[in-house]
Amino acid sequence: MSALLEVRGLARAFGGVHAVDRVSFFVEKGEVRGLIGPNGAGKTTVLNLVSGLIRPSAGSIVLEGRSIAALSPHRIAGLGVARTFQNIRLFPDLSALENVLVGEHLRRRPTLLSRLLLLPSAAAEDRRARAQAGFLLARVGLGGRSAIKARHLSYGEQRRVEIARALALDPRLLLLDEPTAGMNAVEAEEVASLVRRLAAEGHAVLLVEHNVRLVMDTCDAVTVLSFGQVIADGPPSAVAQDEGVVAAYLGRARP
Amino acid sequence: MGQWLIDLYSSYESTLGYIGLNSLFALSVYATLCCGQLALGNAGFAAVGAYAAALVTMHAHGPFSLALFAGALAPAILSVPLGLPVLRLKGVFLAIATLGFGEVVRISLVNWDYVNGAQGIVAIPKLTSLWLIYLVLAAAIFVLYRLRGSKWGFALEAIREDEPAARTLGIATHRYKLAMLVLAAVLSGTAGALEAHFTFMVAPSGFTFLRAVDMLVFAVVGGTLTCFGPVLGAAFLTLLPELLREVSPLVGLEPGPLRLLANGLILLAIILFLPEGLASLPQRLVARREGGSG
Repeated sequence: MSALLEVRGLARAFGGVHAVDRVSFFVEKGEVRGLIGPNGAGKTTVLNLVSGLIRPSAGSIVLEGRSIAALSPHRIAGLGVARTFQNIRLFPDLSALENVLVGEHLRRRPTLLSRLLLLPSAAAEDRRARAQAGFLLARVGLGGRSAIKARHLSYGEQRRVEIARALALDPRLLLLDEPTAGMNAVEAEEVASLVRRLAAEGHAVLLVEHNVRLVMDTCDAVTVLSFGQVIADGPPSAVAQDEGVVAAYLGRARP
Repeated sequence: MGQWLIDLYSSYESTLGYIGLNSLFALSVYATLCCGQLALGNAGFAAVGAYAAALVTMHAHGPFSLALFAGALAPAILSVPLGLPVLRLKGVFLAIATLGFGEVVRISLVNWDYVNGAQGIVAIPKLTSLWLIYLVLAAAIFVLYRLRGSKWGFALEAIREDEPAARTLGIATHRYKLAMLVLAAVLSGTAGALEAHFTFMVAPSGFTFLRAVDMLVFAVVGGTLTCFGPVLGAAFLTLLPELLREVSPLVGLEPGPLRLLANGLILLAIILFLPEGLASLPQRLVARREGGSG
């Protein structure tokens, strides 16, 4: 059986800089795949490539047997790929609930005509969508914060709203870009357990994260990038022992 | 009914009509502004709508309903090939490209002998009544108001706030932007068609890019958070010259220059002190009172 997401020989250059250089990895259904590496290693670029925000210079991205490298972001989202952003990109003037409602875009029935005709079915659809959004907010622990504008939420809360918004797509593959950055240890642990539950439900997760302990605890497999290239790949415990990885993070001892 | 009411109506019919027409023009700018697109081809769309309607009435001798339909349809058709390329532009570049479209329309009309070039079409029968203007306006407000809160409405707000993020949520942003440009074309084209049959004439000089800027100013002064703002802004700025006519002898300025001065000052004051427009004034006052007491 082939993996849910297969990335092979992926490359992207910005000018002369090879931000991502011949990167390959797989994400299986129900698996949490960590993507780690020092700053500037190309982790976010990989997420941008998979979600379609930028196009690869070379290589293939295959989702369930279908090449998505040339598709636009909204088509890729339609195939079940959702993401969060390292620099949070919520809609600041919408409430937490409304942000999640936007995420339900692909799953909501079009109601414009019935709204214009003042049919009750439109109101019923609204209620259903809002209930679903409220459920997702409760799931990330923000049940009581749904009416607050995104810009007025704390940093950690905003990250969790972004996760809820991504979950609203009911994604097969969830791309999380540093979901615990700026969170305290308790909040980070809540996110980690949420990620594990999502994987247990069958979602595949590609997790970019700097918190090493979180990666060790959460991920089934880890891909390590340095200067755009894969320097290690395997289970977290093995990767943590890898000399090349230690050198990339801490530098190499003088001989 | 009192005679005074009839007098009031006849002396202010033109002003009342223009409040409605300008509201429609302001809403046509709002239609694209509410998904974050500063498109200013509305004077061009209005010209196409006005001429299409006038030609149906004057040359084809068609019924007024057909003229209005042509006035809505012609700019809508034109807006698709315009929007496909120019909606790839962002911000001020989109504004420049669409203003350019308006100028292309105007200059084409100046050079088109069939419609009398710069003189335009005159002696158009007055078929537009006040109630018709306000019926169309009510319909426009209803559609835009019901858009809010729908799947469409949220998609538009998402595009306005963060277009790339909206795309990663599965929103086909280019389709929504194009649809709103078509709606803008329908609104300004219909208003142009109504105006042509309200003022007896259409001429290219009525559709300069300053006209598009006026429409934008209506929307900005009123506020673009909801569809009521542009209507409020249009009503306020259309009534303003009437008030200034009374004031002008007192300050020793002609009404014309005084109007330009007042418009400029009002726009500046709104941008500086009330960036969400006149429509946000009540909320602002309430918030201030609560803030003061608390």
